[in-house]
Amino acid sequence: MARKSTTQRVVVSTIGAWFFGFLIFFPILWMVLTSFKTELEAFAIPPSFLFFHWTTENYATVQERSDYLLHAMNSIIIAGGSTLIALLIAIPAAWSMAFSPTKRTKDILLWMLSTKMMPPVGVLVPIYLIFKTFGLLDSRIGLVFILCLGNLPIVIWMLFTYFKEIPRDILEAARMDGATIGRELVYVLTPMAIPGLASTMLLNLILAWNEAFWTLNLTTSNAAPLTTFIASYSSPEGLFWAKLSAASTLAIAPIIILGWFSQKQLVRGLTFGAVK
Amino acid sequence: MGQITLQDVQKSFGPVHIIKGADLEIADGSFVVFVGPSGCGKTTLLRLIAGLEDVSGGKILIDGKNVVDTPPAKRGLSMVFQSYALYPHMSVRGNIGFGLKMAGLSKDETNRKVEAAAATLNLTPYLDRKPRELSGGQRQRVAIGRAIVREPKAFLFDEPLSNLDAALRVQMRIEVTRLQKQLGTTAVYVTHDQVEAMTMADKIVVLNGGKIEQYGSPLDLYEKPANLFVAGFIGSPKMNLVTGEPAKQQGATTIGVRPEHIKIERDGGGGWQGTIAVAEHLGSDTFLYVDAGPLGMLTARYIGELSLHAGDHVSLAPDPARIHRFDAGGNAIRG
Repeated sequence: MARKSTTQRVVVSTIGAWFFGFLIFFPILWMVLTSFKTELEAFAIPPSFLFFHWTTENYATVQERSDYLLHAMNSIIIAGGSTLIALLIAIPAAWSMAFSPTKRTKDILLWMLSTKMMPPVGVLVPIYLIFKTFGLLDSRIGLVFILCLGNLPIVIWMLFTYFKEIPRDILEAARMDGATIGRELVYVLTPMAIPGLASTMLLNLILAWNEAFWTLNLTTSNAAPLTTFIASYSSPEGLFWAKLSAASTLAIAPIIILGWFSQKQLVRGLTFGAVK
Repeated sequence: MGQITLQDVQKSFGPVHIIKGADLEIADGSFVVFVGPSGCGKTTLLRLIAGLEDVSGGKILIDGKNVVDTPPAKRGLSMVFQSYALYPHMSVRGNIGFGLKMAGLSKDETNRKVEAAAATLNLTPYLDRKPRELSGGQRQRVAIGRAIVREPKAFLFDEPLSNLDAALRVQMRIEVTRLQKQLGTTAVYVTHDQVEAMTMADKIVVLNGGKIEQYGSPLDLYEKPANLFVAGFIGSPKMNLVTGEPAKQQGATTIGVRPEHIKIERDGGGGWQGTIAVAEHLGSDTFLYVDAGPLGMLTARYIGELSLHAGDHVSLAPDPARIHRFDAGGNAIRG
């Protein structure tokens, strides 16, 4: 028998879905709203939701006080560079583990993952000293290097699971067709793994973009990305909520826009192989 | 040219001995079918020839040259997989032309050859489609197109028709045979279906437990099975195997007689007595499954319609000239 009151169910679940969606989105919305208030209104209790004096002065101040574009460029270079290098290393690594596994492959994968279980602060001092010795402090190259290393295990794991889903027969067919290993990677494996590669790349970009521990500790000004830019607004002389919100909005805008446009790809990638 | 010779080819996966020394001579231009029950090593043997697995011992010669250390790409063979293994991101054109592209042929040359192959296989209207937009039979044709376009020394087929429905399978069976004859290229074909083997092959290799039981033409295998395994495996319905007194009278441990070589008479005739357990009336044939007491269940085939039914008593008289005799080791006794 068909379920009764289907319309009612649809209405209830739609309202529920919107409610939870709004709940999750609310902090971001509140931050964006706050960025358009005056400092006084930002503190006001009870807070006003939409009926306040809208202003863009915070954005002007933020741009005046610090160079947004420099930090944004640093973020792009650090997130993009570390993602690109991580993929270049991870594709062949995941390929070899997925298609010519040995008895130790599982152990290697677990060992890689185990490096993510250690709190980064545990190696802060040695890493800091290494960076100091090699003159990498406050340099983009240093950050690209450390973020790439930090995210590499996740990138390899994700790619490994995607590659595992690709039927062996197809690679063997390519081999029979005369493809060398390099050409097999370029013409067959990589195009087939594009959904997986894309979502791995996006996830890694987001992780690297939002990474705050190493970027805050290893940079001061020249190489400082947007995370440092935000942090500079929570200063000891008191919090400026509206300006902090404006800075944060500016910092997360690029990645939110990127995520918005690629959400289909992202969902497809994250649920890859879940359903045949 | 495409002459393939196997000399004492062996394959082990760890401690498991899959191929226990295979010797075989596949003549240029012939259609050879590997047939056997699942797990007999037929696919492994094919993959060894392809180079997708490394041999553990022995030699594989293609046109007289030992290729055991040659990678698959350089052996000059092409393969059709059970799963079709088409490249999902490429069009039909891209799929068929991939091997030519890898060989470094010019675009024009590739297109010309791809279009010729597509025309042979009735794929021309589909050249710009992706594999997911094709039916099973069309996908199979693309896989075959990919194999023929490279003009290989030999085709290797790994159960290529087993994913198709029965009607399409018969049709493709005929097409593959016709195409192979037309091209004159050596073909090695793996199947577990003995009807496919009998209908397509110039020569059949019957494999069992990693060993070649018999190698010969389909009729050779049908008329002179070398041992009990081949006798039971080739032919449908299966050969009746009888032990005990009737076998002793023939000077054998086991005798075999095919269902079509048994004369069926209504109750009272000579020969083996029994009761019909099941009667299958196909119109063109009548199959009787007869409970013959101590001899066990026997199958008899009558060409045409025979109005006998379950429960009827019949006598079965084997054609004395077509009784196969086997010794205690299961090997055929000749003469």
